[in-house]
Amino acid sequence: MQHPLLERRTNVSDVIVKMQDISKSFGGIKALDHVQIELRRGEVHALMGENGAGKSTLMKIMTGVYTKDSGTMYLYNEQTKELEEIEMKSPLMAQKHGLSMVFQELNLLENMNIAENIFIGREPGINGVLNRAALNRKAKEELKKVNLDISPETMVDSLSCGQKQCVEIAKALSFQARVVVFDEPTASLSEKESQVLFDIIRDLKSKGVCIVYISHRMEEIFDISDRITVFRNGTFIDTVETKNVSEPDLIQMMIGHEIQADAGKTSDNHVKKNVVMEVKNVKVFPNSHPVHFKLYENEILGFFGLVGAGRTELARIIFGVDPVGEGEIFIQGKQVKISCPQDAIKNGIGLVPEDRKNLGLILGMSVKDNMLISKLQQIKGAFLKNSQLKQITGTYIQDLGISLRNETQEVKELSGGNQQKVVIAKWLAMTPNILIMDEPTRGIDVGAKNEIYALMRRLVNQGKSIIMISSEMAEVMKISDRIIVMHEGSIGGTLSADEITKNNIMQAAFGGNKDE
Amino acid sequence: MNKKKSFNISSFRELLLVGVVLLLCVIWTAMNSQFMSLNNITNILRQGSYTAIAAVGMTMVIVIGEIDLSAGSLVCASGLAGAMVCKNTGNAFLAVITALAVGLLVGCVNGILCAYGKLPGFIATLASMTVLRGLAYIITGGNSVVWQSEAFTSIGTGYIGVIPIPVIIMCVVILFGYIVTSKLKFGRYIYAVGGNSDASKWSGIPVEKVKIIVYMIMGVLTALAGLIITARLGSGQPSAGQNFEMDCITAAVVGGTSMSGGRGKIFGTIVGVLLLTVLTNGMTLVGINTYWQQVLKGVIIVISVLADTRSKGKK
Repeated sequence: MQHPLLERRTNVSDVIVKMQDISKSFGGIKALDHVQIELRRGEVHALMGENGAGKSTLMKIMTGVYTKDSGTMYLYNEQTKELEEIEMKSPLMAQKHGLSMVFQELNLLENMNIAENIFIGREPGINGVLNRAALNRKAKEELKKVNLDISPETMVDSLSCGQKQCVEIAKALSFQARVVVFDEPTASLSEKESQVLFDIIRDLKSKGVCIVYISHRMEEIFDISDRITVFRNGTFIDTVETKNVSEPDLIQMMIGHEIQADAGKTSDNHVKKNVVMEVKNVKVFPNSHPVHFKLYENEILGFFGLVGAGRTELARIIFGVDPVGEGEIFIQGKQVKISCPQDAIKNGIGLVPEDRKNLGLILGMSVKDNMLISKLQQIKGAFLKNSQLKQITGTYIQDLGISLRNETQEVKELSGGNQQKVVIAKWLAMTPNILIMDEPTRGIDVGAKNEIYALMRRLVNQGKSIIMISSEMAEVMKISDRIIVMHEGSIGGTLSADEITKNNIMQAAFGGNKDE
Repeated sequence: MNKKKSFNISSFRELLLVGVVLLLCVIWTAMNSQFMSLNNITNILRQGSYTAIAAVGMTMVIVIGEIDLSAGSLVCASGLAGAMVCKNTGNAFLAVITALAVGLLVGCVNGILCAYGKLPGFIATLASMTVLRGLAYIITGGNSVVWQSEAFTSIGTGYIGVIPIPVIIMCVVILFGYIVTSKLKFGRYIYAVGGNSDASKWSGIPVEKVKIIVYMIMGVLTALAGLIITARLGSGQPSAGQNFEMDCITAAVVGGTSMSGGRGKIFGTIVGVLLLTVLTNGMTLVGINTYWQQVLKGVIIVISVLADTRSKGKK
């Protein structure tokens, strides 16, 4: 898979980093098996593959977070104009060589201000006395590079997700970065913030910086990348020019087989079906228009909206985490009072939260305990009935195809997809009638995504109703029988199956036809 | 101590601790043959029983991610309550009930402050620690409370067969703690709340209730320890139980309970108590002075927790 450019010696100066035959194992499990990558000046290089394919691992080796087991890494030396072999020993060393990574989980110190965060560990000053004026001046310059026009003395915990990301990027750039790695940068960004990020990336690219872009979002990859490298199960599949490849090709490369196109949704006549839940007069934000909607039997009701549209907040109210205020909730025609999650559960409502790691799972507990923690309250008697419980967990592990060593394994050791399946299993064990799923496929690889879609369809066919909140328009369009689009805390539009088009959704999301 | 066999010795750490206890026993025996006498072993068990009883509760409190600093003051307050009822009515049974009720009440208040008042357990119990100690001095006027009832005294000094009554109570409490944490649904809630209270809430666990119940268990068990200590002392003292809570916390931590919650086992804590008691008893027996004993105890705490974090790091 040697690239023609490499063979022609004259162009070798385009290459900033070259990694060859890299292998890495964690506790006997091969994470990377003789993989390679070559990064060039001024390119956006997308790194794709299912979760666990080894993308992040390779980038962490490059930036000195992990050390490789074998293989060689070459780095272009600006003085000698040669690619030289290098051993990356620490993140600090990598940063000094201009290799930075913007992490998936933001790594900022929330209790400190922007300037302190950017220059942490390298604050300007003499003999340990901090020169705050210089610090702020330098920080301001860095912020300018990412178009963030706020005071460098702003505390980080008061920033939005998108702004934090910008600060992270500014920090990465402040090391005279030659390569910046973005790991799922848009996962927590709104559409608008994503656009800002793309502008920054294009700007960096034009300045000769190489961007490595790890993402699960196809549209973005095609929008922004020049070349794509695909990994599968820790092996290198190919590096291709983005313009020479199609989306199905890419998915094929990532998963090795075609995925099912659609999970066979029931496109019509939900109007005649039973109303399972009706929400009336719920104010999502203090000043927003009250929300009314109905959820029918056997339907997947998609909730789309831009970040900040109030979808998650609405879910919290329905689930009893936040007070319902003047709102009314009817289940099967009867008004119910939901003032805490237990009430919601009693009324047959389950919630798969957006923040899986903090709200969905107890990471330090076993898979078994996580799956049963809600179910236990439905079981009579004070004692744990182990044989009965084992049967329940066994059923769901098999049904959902959760791959694990054994059920006493800690849930934090599982991959994102499997963790999400554990959360879903937890709720299925409760046999809810209504399942609210907030961003059910966030951070999950393509294969597991499709499994979850198929599962949702199966549940609906068994008579349950699902509310799916998602920020991925393609996902909402693919899965939902009906879509409610939210805009600033109120309903911007309700789209039945035949009205679902990108245009209609976007219009509603920006508040186009509000009176519906 | 055959009882231990029925516990599930799952982790290497606990085996290691048992090994250290045995090693200590060998060392002490080599230095002073009196160590292994029936008399001394009974002594060790009795000394350990006070801490062990309350440490079972403390383990649960730490597992839910909280702490109880009021245990020492409660030992004193509940013991005094029992002693005073006993003195005035001569009814040992009533005295025991009163003491336990005081424990339940204090635990309940701690729990409510913590669960509904949203105070950190550290602050809530720091306050009740101070309040209870103050009340103890106010009510007694600084004097000790003496009673006449033989039955009440026997809680601390009596035997059934050759086994001291406190040791029997301890065994029952250990069994209780084991059942609650490992066999009851409630046990799963304790670990869940300590592991992640938000996720627990979102899973429909009544987080507040769980916290209050755990503090109430802690209160009752502490009162039980208070009764035994008071009965053994022969009088209710307003200064009793100083630093008692620290012994309980130390035992739990040495036994592998994580101060950040979610992890910890009753069995580990019991081994922790045993280790500390054997250490203290042996040091006294071979004539190491009490100041050096304290220094060594501190070193043991650091070593055991270091060993724990190191072994976790390697994972």
